[in-house]
Amino acid sequence: MDTALHTPVIARPPPAHHVGVLAWLRKNLFADWKNALATLTVGAMLVYWLPPLVDWAIVRAVATPDNDACRALEHTGACWGVIAEKYRLILFGRYPFDEQWRPLVATLLMVAMLVASCTRVLWSRWLIVAWIAVLAVFFVLMRGGIWGLTPVETARWGGVPLTMLLSTLSIAAGFPIAVLVALGRRSHLPAIRALCIVYVELIRGVPLISVLFMASFMFPLFMPPGITVDVLIRVLVGITLFSAAYLAEVVRGGLQAIPKGQHEAAAAMGLSYWQTQRKIVLPQALRMVVPSIMNSFISTFKDTSLVTIVSLYDLTGSLALALGGDANWRQFYLEGYLFIGAIYWLFCFSMSRYSQWVERHLNVGYAR
Amino acid sequence: MRSKRRDWSWRSRAVRGLIYQLVAVAAITAAIWFLAHNTLENMRVRGIQSGFGFLTQPAGFDIGESIFAFDSADPYWKAFLVGLSNTLRAALVGIVLTTLLGTLIGIGRLSRNFLIRKLCTGYVELIRNIPVLIQLLMWYFVLNEWLPPVADALNPFPGIFLSKSGMSFPVPEWEHGHLVTLGGLALGVAAAWLYRRWAGAAFLRTGIPRPMFWPALAIVIIGALLGWVAGGSPTALEMPIRNELNVSGGGAVTPEFLAVAIGLSVYTAAFVAEIVRSGIQSVPWGQTEAAGALGLSRGQSLKLVLLPQALRVIIPPLTNQYLNLTKNSSLAVAVGYPDLVSIANTTLNQTGRAVECIAVLMTVYLTLSLLTAALMNWYNARSAIRER
Amino acid sequence: MSEPIIVFDKVSKWYGDFHALRDINLAVAHGERIVICGPSGSGKSTLIRCINALEEHQEGKLTVDGIEITDVVKAIEAVRKNVGMVFQQFNLFPHLTVLENLTLAPMWVGRVPKKEADERAMAQLARVRIAEQAGTYPLQLSGGQQQRVAIARSLCMTPKIMLFDEPTSALDPEMIKEVLDVMIELAGMGITMLCVTHEMGFARSVADRVIFMDQGQIVEQNTPTEFFAHPKSERTRDFLSKILSH
Repeated sequence: MDTALHTPVIARPPPAHHVGVLAWLRKNLFADWKNALATLTVGAMLVYWLPPLVDWAIVRAVATPDNDACRALEHTGACWGVIAEKYRLILFGRYPFDEQWRPLVATLLMVAMLVASCTRVLWSRWLIVAWIAVLAVFFVLMRGGIWGLTPVETARWGGVPLTMLLSTLSIAAGFPIAVLVALGRRSHLPAIRALCIVYVELIRGVPLISVLFMASFMFPLFMPPGITVDVLIRVLVGITLFSAAYLAEVVRGGLQAIPKGQHEAAAAMGLSYWQTQRKIVLPQALRMVVPSIMNSFISTFKDTSLVTIVSLYDLTGSLALALGGDANWRQFYLEGYLFIGAIYWLFCFSMSRYSQWVERHLNVGYAR
Repeated sequence: MRSKRRDWSWRSRAVRGLIYQLVAVAAITAAIWFLAHNTLENMRVRGIQSGFGFLTQPAGFDIGESIFAFDSADPYWKAFLVGLSNTLRAALVGIVLTTLLGTLIGIGRLSRNFLIRKLCTGYVELIRNIPVLIQLLMWYFVLNEWLPPVADALNPFPGIFLSKSGMSFPVPEWEHGHLVTLGGLALGVAAAWLYRRWAGAAFLRTGIPRPMFWPALAIVIIGALLGWVAGGSPTALEMPIRNELNVSGGGAVTPEFLAVAIGLSVYTAAFVAEIVRSGIQSVPWGQTEAAGALGLSRGQSLKLVLLPQALRVIIPPLTNQYLNLTKNSSLAVAVGYPDLVSIANTTLNQTGRAVECIAVLMTVYLTLSLLTAALMNWYNARSAIRER
Repeated sequence: MSEPIIVFDKVSKWYGDFHALRDINLAVAHGERIVICGPSGSGKSTLIRCINALEEHQEGKLTVDGIEITDVVKAIEAVRKNVGMVFQQFNLFPHLTVLENLTLAPMWVGRVPKKEADERAMAQLARVRIAEQAGTYPLQLSGGQQQRVAIARSLCMTPKIMLFDEPTSALDPEMIKEVLDVMIELAGMGITMLCVTHEMGFARSVADRVIFMDQGQIVEQNTPTEFFAHPKSERTRDFLSKILSH
């Protein structure tokens, strides 16, 4: 063996064919013959399909609300003019044209509150107060009738504001129910536990559409004769009960992750059951499941599209409203679907990215 | 030793617990009684009868597609059965397609190839964030608008026709020979199973690995072929024929079915892909390294070490997605596919028996869910990795 | 057998831009027992992981048992049949019993019939004194027991070279001794051993050579007595003072 004293070797950069663009291409696209074949095949497919797609969507598209120009295209180009023509109807439903600034403001307020609610920094009693205030303002703006705003009945609410309202309110109202049900499921009292299990498993085992049917057709029967309930309220109750069941499972997951030692320490200090839950267990559990709650919100947001089937004109329904009755524009449904699809996508994708970002950066104090 | 003194006052936890439960049960019972009372009142006022007797009455409506014969004179319960069969049909096709597609995309997300990786990631991020209803409506619209009318149906492969009226494909004309073919197939399957047992035992005995998959497949095919020859080689296929106005003959599926099956498969595949990907990633890298360090080839390491562990993590959420797909098939009502929900809706509108129809609907879905959950629990208990 | 069994000839490895192994020259003789030590990040694990191609080097020539390690799959698999490795995190297969863990490679790579594989496995388990746990699952065992099973698993392939990557670093103190005892017994059997470890007592009692690495280079190598008594380089002295102080 060579026991002579060692002369230090200075670090140097890797050999040329291991770095740079060529190396990246070799590693990522042409690593072996199978990969090279895949790259060429996919590349060929993209070259074959991408240009015609761009051609249809952008190059030959008509963006002005000109029905004749759109028809003249005969589907060789996209008719974005249908959006230019109908976007107010799609976005706001049958809300009176002149008053549409009101749903716009209301929606923006709601979105701002959602963004703010994700950051733990802002969590406090004031957040709940702020939420109640924003919801009240939302209703006042939409409903009108006071402060000089013309009244607009709920049947005319539609489009994006309705989607926002349904999803936000159902999560907001469903949340307390979910917490109670989650606690009930872990209770030692068998009757309470049984009731909560039945509720959760019943709701989770059936499709949302059946719950909406129940809300739509059965709730009028449940009310004493003579009393009618607004269809919006009925659907809202249905979606709330539905999301509460799924949220209850999310919260239960968080509760299960709290070590038993926390309960024992609280009991040793003499705190009662409700004090323990309120001050020790729930704050920790809820912080842990904020990402899952965000996912539930995104799911509920997508699920609100189903209210079209029970004749509420949310974003999906208002599209049918805008195009279905208009013989001139009816053939351009695809562009309409792409438009509302893009809106849903933008919202859901942004919310999920935002929640991931918040989880990484703003909640570091509590990361495990 | 005296037993603990029972304290019957409010301070005792046991007593309080009991009282809470009694109050809760009483409150729920009272609420249910209140709702039931109102319901009966309302139904009386509106002249709606209650009870499930209506199920034996003739339905009075036709159903667009069904795998067994149904006309408007058949009773309601048969209509529900048709709806259920349609739901299951769409769900089964959807489950097969989504598993294939989702697995490929999930594996693609882990590929070394940049293009494949990005495309698969793009697929998942795009599809996941658009509501399934909109995707179904879009597929239905595309199939309806962009496929040619029947007279000019597309003919991509011999015997397969695609048009606004759906897809037609050849089906074998049922003959005695087919029964023999099926018999041959069954024998082939049995023989293949026996071969695999022999091959496995031979491997354990001698140490030389025998091929397991291809010979077994060959045996099954040979068995079916022999059966087919023995049955007189029935080749009669009922081919769809395009004539002046339409395509007749052969088997057919409607564009509604296609929209539901394709739309649901594409949507659920995005979630399946994520499940497969995270299942594969959940196996620690050290496992693959240890397998490699022992000299196992990539294929062996995949089969013996990676997949068994990954599957344990993948299968429970995967069955949950299958259940979601089945529940989402209820949206078929929006495109006019006559699934269970659609039939229930029609019946409900016709007879006014909201409570009964919705009850049937929810019971069926609940049964499916509970069955799946029970199956899942059984699988989990059986395959759990044993720890201290 | 005068030819060295492992030869590193100006081997360099990069992780991206980071030069992890710098011009390593090393020859290991048949049956030689080497302990490699050094601060974390010095490239010790990378060095031994290059020997069975778990890490790929970019420059230089590495020959193991006469086979040059390139990216040819057949060559790598041939090398791995003769090189056994014991990991810091044990890496036992949790879905198989202890016995199945041991017989997996002999059956599927070594083409050994099951009966003979079982017998060989039981013999190895007896050698590491854990034969009674043959039917249990790895996660039911303690850390020390799992590591001993891992050693037995590598031995089932009758390797010529055994690599140990910090085998006791993940163990509770009271379990380190049982694993070290097994390794000392192994050292007396003539297998070539390369061991990355902080257990200097093991180095003193068993090693033929101690290698000190820092910043991807071999700074110093010597017999254990010379190494611990008369470290030549400043960095070696510095490192030794830190780890031998308690």
